[in-house]
Amino acid sequence: MRPVYVISGGITKFAKAHPDKDFRLMAKEAYDYALRDAPRFSKDMIDGAVGSYFSDHFTRQLKAASMVQDYLGLCPRPSKRVEGGGATGGLCFQSAWEAVASGRMNCCLAFGFETMSRVNTWKGNEFIALASDTNFDFPVGGFYTGYYAMMVQRHMHEFGTTVEQMAMVSVKNHGNALYNPYAQKAKRLTIKQVRESPMVATPLTMEDICTMSDGAAVCVLASEEIAAKACDRPVKIVGVGSGSDVMRMADRPHGKVLLLPHERESDYVHLKYPGVHSFRGGRMAAKQAYQMAGIRHPLEDLSFIELHDAYTSSEIQTCEDLGLCKYGEGGRFVESGVPFLPGVDYGMSLPKQGRLPVNPSGGLLACGHPVGATGLMQAVFAFWQLQRTIDKHLGDNTIQIKNIKPGSRGLIHSHAGTGTYITVSILEAT
Amino acid sequence: MSEKGTRLFGVDPLILHEHYEIDYRHSYAEDSPFFVGLTKGKLLGSRCTGCGYTYATPRSHCMECGAPTAWYELVAKGRVHTFTTCHYGGEAFLHETPFTLILVEFDGINTLFLSRLKGIAPESVRIGLPVVARFAKTPSFKVTDVWFEPAEER
Repeated sequence: MRPVYVISGGITKFAKAHPDKDFRLMAKEAYDYALRDAPRFSKDMIDGAVGSYFSDHFTRQLKAASMVQDYLGLCPRPSKRVEGGGATGGLCFQSAWEAVASGRMNCCLAFGFETMSRVNTWKGNEFIALASDTNFDFPVGGFYTGYYAMMVQRHMHEFGTTVEQMAMVSVKNHGNALYNPYAQKAKRLTIKQVRESPMVATPLTMEDICTMSDGAAVCVLASEEIAAKACDRPVKIVGVGSGSDVMRMADRPHGKVLLLPHERESDYVHLKYPGVHSFRGGRMAAKQAYQMAGIRHPLEDLSFIELHDAYTSSEIQTCEDLGLCKYGEGGRFVESGVPFLPGVDYGMSLPKQGRLPVNPSGGLLACGHPVGATGLMQAVFAFWQLQRTIDKHLGDNTIQIKNIKPGSRGLIHSHAGTGTYITVSILEAT
Repeated sequence: MSEKGTRLFGVDPLILHEHYEIDYRHSYAEDSPFFVGLTKGKLLGSRCTGCGYTYATPRSHCMECGAPTAWYELVAKGRVHTFTTCHYGGEAFLHETPFTLILVEFDGINTLFLSRLKGIAPESVRIGLPVVARFAKTPSFKVTDVWFEPAEER
């Protein structure tokens, strides 16, 4: 495999609804932004594209990615759609990486979008729940928040994780988004406000959960040669990993922890894994990506993380999967302040504030979650962070990670329904 | 939806109402005995004929070793492994809220079973609570033909 670089990216503003733009125009806006942002890059360098959107129910148009391909004027170049639930965007990013790494393409466009505003929120929840087993899970619950609520209830039971620790994630991510004009739902919150917002599925409240969105995002991936030609400051993709888990949570095993290099079996003598408290696929994805990137101590070796926080609880669970702390320590990890941004006042005492910022963009909780675009949105934010161009793109430098230098690394993490598909990709500043 | 004519939500951009409905002929295929079992008050799981792994759900082949499984009848008593009470839900279930979901664990069985817990106030549900399966008198041939209630020794 040969080295692959991100050379440009673009995002639309994520919003509850964009009735004035269909999915083609949203993708076109993000694409045009990416074209403009790399002045020596031109459309004729693109060898092909991978499109991502999650749900045909939401879109009410099968093969919608074909319509984006033609709208962008990329026909007859190769194209395909990738779909993998919430991880659709992350899988799309990795599919474009595969195209370039294998030598099949020198430059591949990854585009993603979702139009979730065409149905009401509860119908939308029903559509999303159709991505659970429709014979055994959908008829009982029909609600993904319910599934995640059961997972964190068990996490709380196993490890003593608290609802206040979860609320801190909400305060952090909604607060970070105050400095990100692309975000859908930026606001200053307190732990008390998170807990007092309407209960959705115990213990998750409205402010523990991301919203539905309309939006699009694109990333341009290229070989070293194209990157050098088209881009002043490309970002290298140094690690790629992915994993999966059993569709029905009920069927997941209770076995041994999949260990990262800095962990020992003796760390987890009594823990039955993954059960329903942890995302085994996320651990698998991290293990592969770390191995490829040569990362042995993620907490030291990474400068920031953009992870799939569809729920405050899943951010805590994911920090453990990624080995930022041991399994069971995720709640205390948040409490310590490590995943918060330095220099931002969150209205609470955070002893280790800013050691490794998680979701500086505001994550899904605050940016929104237009499913097919989400994983690519993370890639674009990570690209801008590692280029040190956050100020240029956001008009505000607050969330720019300050100590980025050549060799600095950021991690992006995309996740589908209760952890059934998960991708981890590691990007490096040049 | 029976209205005639076109319903508009806006004119700039033009937004109109569309209705979409479809009937399926859905086969439970190899999992059919489980649903027939529910109509007889039986909860059927799958036991691997190769490695002996026991599933509390239907699965015709073992995901550990790949061998075929055989049906066995679960003891209808278990414990709450985890739970949540849903105050909102997918549209199809919104009218049923609040409802409580549980994953049930059974002695000596390797996996869990997702079901609803009825007959208890949401604030009284706890992990470890003994529960017992109840079956619908008039089956709908859905997995909701079984649910759980607190067991008497509570």
